[in-house]
Amino acid sequence: MAQSQSAANFNIRWKMRWIWIDKFVEFESGRRAVAIKNVTLAEEHLHDHFPGFPVMPESLMIEAMAQTAGILVGEVKKFQEKVILAKIKKAVFFDYVKPGDTIKLDAKIESISPEAASTSGKITRADKLIAEIDLMFSHIDRNLAGKEFPEENFVFGSDTSVFESLLRDVASVAGAEVAGSEQD
Amino acid sequence: MAMSRDEIMQQVQEVLVDALGVDDDEITTEATLMGDLGAESIDFLDIVFRLEKVFGIKIPREELFPAENLMNDSEFVHNGKLTEKGLNELRDKMPHTDITAFESDPDINKLADLFTVNAIVNYVEGKLNAA
Repeated sequence: MAQSQSAANFNIRWKMRWIWIDKFVEFESGRRAVAIKNVTLAEEHLHDHFPGFPVMPESLMIEAMAQTAGILVGEVKKFQEKVILAKIKKAVFFDYVKPGDTIKLDAKIESISPEAASTSGKITRADKLIAEIDLMFSHIDRNLAGKEFPEENFVFGSDTSVFESLLRDVASVAGAEVAGSEQD
Repeated sequence: MAMSRDEIMQQVQEVLVDALGVDDDEITTEATLMGDLGAESIDFLDIVFRLEKVFGIKIPREELFPAENLMNDSEFVHNGKLTEKGLNELRDKMPHTDITAFESDPDINKLADLFTVNAIVNYVEGKLNAA
């Protein structure tokens, strides 16, 4: 399989990596994961969101939670399933997140089946609750009435450097090496 | 676990309010999940997870909403209608649902109308009584 992967394909996937968490600090396989993100004024979008009042967009907090929870869900099947965010069940925000803040994203698996998973999550800064975000993920090869998707796993692809970096402090996670070795 | 039909209906109602973002007065027993309450495919999985939690039961995927399998099998579907074999399969897989009206015109586009609030209540009731 590795041979069929064109350089262009690789480039596209690499460019599309769009990570909104900095690292995992806790990881209990199949149950719970905690990641942190440091917000900085060096993120260009904060200059426009909003001029003179930089705050992290709530949509990106949802994305960051989706990445935290999505990696937690993906690790259950050793990153062999294509795990796609399918539904935002709940997203409630209680405070702004500003440059200089470190936020903690705490995700829990509520239910998981061969087809899907549901997660609950909280974002906090120090002890202050910033957001509650509950999500649903679909294992798309097992859904959508048998539609076929590319065999290549475009969610957890063969490039593992990003995962290795995110999971560096929770090295016991099997996925850190599995994501790469089994893929192609 | 002894639970009356009204109690089951009340819990099902809460599940659907949370899963579909609808008002509780929209959730009548005859309401169809897709047509009336706007459920999409991922919502069905969401509903299954929530029902499992609320009632403490295990719901195999094809048991509560078996239509997906039916619709993708040429043995069961011909010219957009369920075949006799398909209808038998449906009766077999959805004993918790009344399909009498559907039988007279088994158009697969109307299959979605079989997924009603009542069908869920029936299913849960059967499951709890069997436990």
